[in-house]
Amino acid sequence: MVQLANSEFDLAATPLRDVNAALQAAESGAFTVVNPGGAHALACGLMHPVEVTVKGHCGYYAAGMNKEAAVTIEGNAGTGVAENMMSGTVRVTGDASQSAGATGHGGLLVIEGNTSARCGISMKGIDIVVGGNVGHMSAFMAQAGRLVVLGDAGADLGDSIYEARLYVRGSVASLGADCVEKEMRPEHLTELGELLERAGFDADPASFKRYGSARKLYHFNIDHMGSY
Amino acid sequence: MADYSDAPKTTPRKSASFDDYTISEIRRAAATGIYDIRGGGAKRRVPCFDDLVFLGASMSRYPLEGYRERCGTDVVLGTRFAKKPIELDIPITIAGMSFGSLSAQAKEALGRGASAMGTSTTTGDGGMTPEERGHSTKLVYQYLPSRYGMNPDDLRKADAIEVVVGQGAKPGGGGMLLGQKIGPRVAKMRTLPEGIDQRSACRHPDWTGPDDLEIKIGELREITSHEKPIYIKVGAARPYYDTALSVKAGADVVVVDGMQGGTAATQEVFIEHVGIPTLCAVREAVRALKDMDMHRKVQLVVSGGIRSGADVAKALAMGADAVAIGSAALIALGDNDPALEDEYRKLGTTAGAYDDWHEGRDPAGITTQDPELAKRLDPVAAGRRLSNYLAVMTMELQTLARANGKSHVRNLEPEDMAALTVEAAAMAGVPLAGTSWIPGMTG
Repeated sequence: MVQLANSEFDLAATPLRDVNAALQAAESGAFTVVNPGGAHALACGLMHPVEVTVKGHCGYYAAGMNKEAAVTIEGNAGTGVAENMMSGTVRVTGDASQSAGATGHGGLLVIEGNTSARCGISMKGIDIVVGGNVGHMSAFMAQAGRLVVLGDAGADLGDSIYEARLYVRGSVASLGADCVEKEMRPEHLTELGELLERAGFDADPASFKRYGSARKLYHFNIDHMGSY
Repeated sequence: MADYSDAPKTTPRKSASFDDYTISEIRRAAATGIYDIRGGGAKRRVPCFDDLVFLGASMSRYPLEGYRERCGTDVVLGTRFAKKPIELDIPITIAGMSFGSLSAQAKEALGRGASAMGTSTTTGDGGMTPEERGHSTKLVYQYLPSRYGMNPDDLRKADAIEVVVGQGAKPGGGGMLLGQKIGPRVAKMRTLPEGIDQRSACRHPDWTGPDDLEIKIGELREITSHEKPIYIKVGAARPYYDTALSVKAGADVVVVDGMQGGTAATQEVFIEHVGIPTLCAVREAVRALKDMDMHRKVQLVVSGGIRSGADVAKALAMGADAVAIGSAALIALGDNDPALEDEYRKLGTTAGAYDDWHEGRDPAGITTQDPELAKRLDPVAAGRRLSNYLAVMTMELQTLARANGKSHVRNLEPEDMAALTVEAAAMAGVPLAGTSWIPGMTG
């Protein structure tokens, strides 16, 4: 294994398996990965409160299933960044591809740029804050957690949504089945303000609209056939 | 005008097209406006292993002595890439069935029965319970589109990972769990509101094809230190290509589930009209593995309507490495027991036909989340019944292997069999009995 310094790994010279094994085994400390070269599954399966900074672009499933760690990707991320995250923080300073934060159970995912389709699909408690736009079918079947979009949302936002809460500042191309605009009550302004602050964005919560489930698809009903 | 009032009448004749069941279904649909949902697999008669027979030994083959000569049954799954393949004593495993669709007692019983026989059991849609892990010496963790209850800790606790692409009862469809079974514990494990009608996604949320899946499997291996065998389970639809693409995606094991394979709850129209029978799926999956020079390197597990040691033997003879059972295992636990006939009658059905597993009112305490009903199933006794059944299947399997002169069940081969119907001969690729004719291949 080529370890440039006590806490720096060069992925151009060190196999992915060795880098991941070292990061997964570390129980504390700060690490930097250079020359990621779009590698897939980088810094996935971390289990402890370590800090990892990736200097460059990542491929699929970067920081997948993260638990407790704080991972920063200084670049763009491919499909499924922070998928199924349990806790901790993942930040992408650039853009992210589709399925960002998919099925995440907890923690905070921040995308400073835009994300593609299906951001937050089947999210189960994760908080996702996107500085730019999100693609179509974002928050599809979103079960729990919060998705904040400072830009615009693509078509079919929140299709078949369960109990996740969606906040969008810009336009929404269309809402998916059973997703409706909801009243922005004081408690929502408060939680949104806290989320924006944690994510490092300076934005007025009052400029957002809230979306969530109409709960009309929770039980099969022939009168809702058009939505199935 | 002639009076025909006393003339003989024709016997009332029911339509073959509009039979009693069809009429009852039309009436039910008209009354409710909801499609019929049920558990289990295809109930229609389809070509199956019953349509094959073993030839046994004679002048040209030498049989083994039943009680004196060893006939091995062990199998190792996951030898392609995994650092820790699964070593099983018998080639009969328990298929994935969820906690949620089944009671905690039933899951525990499955673990107990499988462990007693040195084989594996499998989680399902909804995650891994401590009871199941605790009572299963070898546990396969299903990785499903819904990712309900999926977490990296459980992934690492598993002995193997099964990426579920499809299921024989519903290739192309997702799971269902209706509100009656979404109790507090199930709701919490799945992060869902209690009592809703839950439909699982039919596609994985973060990959869309075999190229993506190859990368996903790479991630799963990275998270589990490349230790666990990775299975890919597909419903029998296009088994040649699905098997080939699973191998391409990096599977250690391919699981092919035929249309007789059960489900906890799916639309009747899906169960009966999508997918192909297990018999023909095995042959196509084996052909794909052989064409890729991967037969026996990537192991093949076959499921869907496996009931006896004869079914197991025939699947192995066609080239499978192991089988998985689901419905048969539930029957061994006590599902559809005639002793509960009075209670089945109250539910409008009869023992042997009960399939409203989604309603959660199973008097046997198996397909339910009702605490009072679930308590009826003693997991220790039910686990023993399952291990007994697995032992019988294994002895039947050995009996047939010895009769064909095989010292290990893996040595069974297509040449040991003949088909009783033209359809089975064509599907299984073995000669029609009494001939050397394989439709599409010879003559």
